Amino acid sequence: MEIPYTTELRPDTGVYNAKLGIWLFLASEVMLFGALFSAYILLRVGAPEGMWPHGWLDVRFGALNTIILALSAITTLLAWAACKVREFGKFKFFHGCTILLALTFLCIKSYEYHDKWIHYEIQMKDGTFADGHLVEQNDKEVLIHGRIVTDEKDLYDLRAQKNIQLQEIRIDRSTIKKMENYAPRHNTFTAIYFTLTGLHALHILGGTCVIFYLWAFGGNMWRKDPERFTNRVEVSGLFWHFVDLVWIFLFPVLYLT
Amino acid sequence: MNDSVEQFPPYRGELDDHHGHADHGHEHHEPGFWSKYIFSTDHKVIGIQYGFTALCFLLFGFFLMLLMRWQIAHPGMPVPAIGPLLEKILGAPAAGGAISPDLYNSFGAMHGTIMVFLGVVPLAFAAFGNYVVPLMIGAPDMAFPRVNMASYHAFFLGGVVMLVSFFIPGGAAQAGWTSYSPLATSIPTNGQAFWLVGMVLLITSSLLGAVNFIATIIQLRAPGMTWMRMPFFVWAQFVTAFILLLAFPPLEAAGVLQLMDNVAHTSFFLPTGLAVGGQLADRSGGGSPLLWQHLFWFLGHPEVYVLILPAMGIVGEVIANNTRKPLWGYKSLVYSVLIVGFLSFIVWAHHMYLTGMGQHIAIFFQTTTMIISVPSVIILTCMFLSLWGGSIRINTPMLFALGFLPMFGIGGLTGLPLGLAAADLYLHDTYYVIAHFHYVVAPGTIFGLFAGVYFWFPKITGRKMNEFWGRVHFWCSFVFMNLVFMPMFAQGIKGMLRRMSDGAVNYSAARVPNAIDTLPGNIMELNTWILWAAIALGIAQIPFIVNLFYSISHGEKVGDNPWSATTLDWQTPTPPPHGNFAHEPHVYHGPYEYSAPGHPTDFTPQDEPLELPAPAARPQPAH
Repeated sequence: MEIPYTTELRPDTGVYNAKLGIWLFLASEVMLFGALFSAYILLRVGAPEGMWPHGWLDVRFGALNTIILALSAITTLLAWAACKVREFGKFKFFHGCTILLALTFLCIKSYEYHDKWIHYEIQMKDGTFADGHLVEQNDKEVLIHGRIVTDEKDLYDLRAQKNIQLQEIRIDRSTIKKMENYAPRHNTFTAIYFTLTGLHALHILGGTCVIFYLWAFGGNMWRKDPERFTNRVEVSGLFWHFVDLVWIFLFPVLYLT
Repeated sequence: MNDSVEQFPPYRGELDDHHGHADHGHEHHEPGFWSKYIFSTDHKVIGIQYGFTALCFLLFGFFLMLLMRWQIAHPGMPVPAIGPLLEKILGAPAAGGAISPDLYNSFGAMHGTIMVFLGVVPLAFAAFGNYVVPLMIGAPDMAFPRVNMASYHAFFLGGVVMLVSFFIPGGAAQAGWTSYSPLATSIPTNGQAFWLVGMVLLITSSLLGAVNFIATIIQLRAPGMTWMRMPFFVWAQFVTAFILLLAFPPLEAAGVLQLMDNVAHTSFFLPTGLAVGGQLADRSGGGSPLLWQHLFWFLGHPEVYVLILPAMGIVGEVIANNTRKPLWGYKSLVYSVLIVGFLSFIVWAHHMYLTGMGQHIAIFFQTTTMIISVPSVIILTCMFLSLWGGSIRINTPMLFALGFLPMFGIGGLTGLPLGLAAADLYLHDTYYVIAHFHYVVAPGTIFGLFAGVYFWFPKITGRKMNEFWGRVHFWCSFVFMNLVFMPMFAQGIKGMLRRMSDGAVNYSAARVPNAIDTLPGNIMELNTWILWAAIALGIAQIPFIVNLFYSISHGEKVGDNPWSATTLDWQTPTPPPHGNFAHEPHVYHGPYEYSAPGHPTDFTPQDEPLELPAPAARPQPAH
């Protein structure tokens, strides 16, 4: 039994099955991320005055990751083009670059996550707030590299605050009312930040796995049925472009506003 | 008993000369048990897997309902017969064999979840869709057979997660099948986390299925199977697949967010200053409980059409076949089903009139809700009109299809007051709502599904189910379904609220004699009547279960096309082999060419030309 139109195009629709399939899947992905972005908008609009964080994320890392994904989109396209002109060596090279770029993206993202994870906001019993990266802690005291503010709102809008002076601060545990890192539970912003970028990172990871599979184990199919292999590269490439596109929305929404 | 033994199709040509094995080198290897039944990529096997699993879940969900009805009629009394067993399995929540309020809540939540996501959707969409759609459009299989297998496995895993959640400490999810936050996050059990993980798996399964169905219907239609020649059932499945594809992801997003609320202690759906059990919750707050409701009902309402459209498709097929004439208004049916599919995305907030959404928004959703009833009524009207002037054959599938029409009518019409904000403010969350949507789904959709089971059983097994017991099953189900759900309208109109574990005893005139608007004794008494009707309804399913299994091996043997049907699913060998069709079928005309004038038979299969031979060659009448 042979399923028709796995490789060749169906004349009246002009596509092969998998290409239609991936577009349908991407439609559902649009609805998934659409719902999450809607949730972001609703939560942000509903946030109390002055309590939505600005400038918490490092734009330099975000911009770097944007460039990396843009480059990976180009290499993905070139890898497909290489398949189209039947040059497997070039395919190997370009998708090798794609995989390396994707891994670099994930490394940078992990570093950003780690940076938030060791970042603590400490409510003091005297009503002030200590905020900064944890250097070390023991049963008696906590050492952070950060600053102390009297109004919590100062911690929320960092855009206007130039040249924040950071220093090592040693805090006695008995003076601490509540200590919490910038994990998802910290506030609505960190929650949606981790969820959106985490889900996106999972997509990156999934896409990388598929591309790696084609890159490492595709030789057999390439020799037997290069057209079908090219189609697989195209379909996985479409997914990859979608994942890039999501980041193009995530970057301004989370980093720049 | 029919003794036409040689009905087996030529694809088993090997059987004809099974003495000579030597020259069968080309015969492909018979797959083993695992690859044949568990890891099969054949759409028919997957359809049967879905169907069997879904029927089991339907039975289980029904059983949960029986326990709840006992608790409602006899609050706090030990469940007879199986009470001790319940206590043994579930422990403290069923102490003394009685159902505690917590257990009642989790039964309620799981009854809804199981019936909708593990019972009706898999049966209506996945099982019938998988088995029938590729056959109807003349395809050898689904477009992505391995994705299809993955879809079933994700579904099965989701079902297992749901079932396992009954046995964790604290029990299964208790926040209703709608899982409203903050309640869903505040209940101190992990049941909700299991529910969410299970839902994510079920949603994944549905998405894989939906992509597969749409791609199959667009890409794998046989030559000549143009859009307007597709059977109505295929159209219904096509629209259903689009609804699943586009409405489910927002619930998946909501599920991920609520899972974060439950596991990572975020506050997506938790407002600032939330207090649980008199204590300020240790949460950052800032979330929005309404956000959950929007995301949930953005799926939740289209889901209603996911439940009903495949059943309408089945009923359409059965009616056309048994009236022996074309379905009335085929084009109106197709356009209506497309419009229903589209409109189902913009009516969701009529579930939320009580959230204080503001009049302008309420008016918008009231209007769309009233508009969506128009195409639904067109569909129902077309089916009624199809009966007009037909020479109706009465058999079990037809009985169920005929039963569907008024039952769905009652369900649909009683929905109108709920779609109007003013009436809904009073009726919201009462038994009226329960009665309304159960009329749509239970005697509506499930009757449609029963019709489908009786109708396609001969294609799957080569044997018919027993007609007498089929009719017993229908008439008993019909009577008891109505006895179960009709009284709930009265209870709801009198103000009895749903989701109360004591059957509203605390609001009865007997308990609080001097209060106004209490529930009178006759309304409370209905609880007992409903319990007995529900038990009788359960007993009425026994003939079906026995009939189903007995007929697999002992039913009356029939040929490839026992109902003399026109659609392609009946033009295959029985059961259809791997790859379905011996030769790729060519479609010459629309799906319902019954009683074509001047044609020798009263049905013309789609792969047989309508044009008659030249007049001279036409067989003349016998004298």
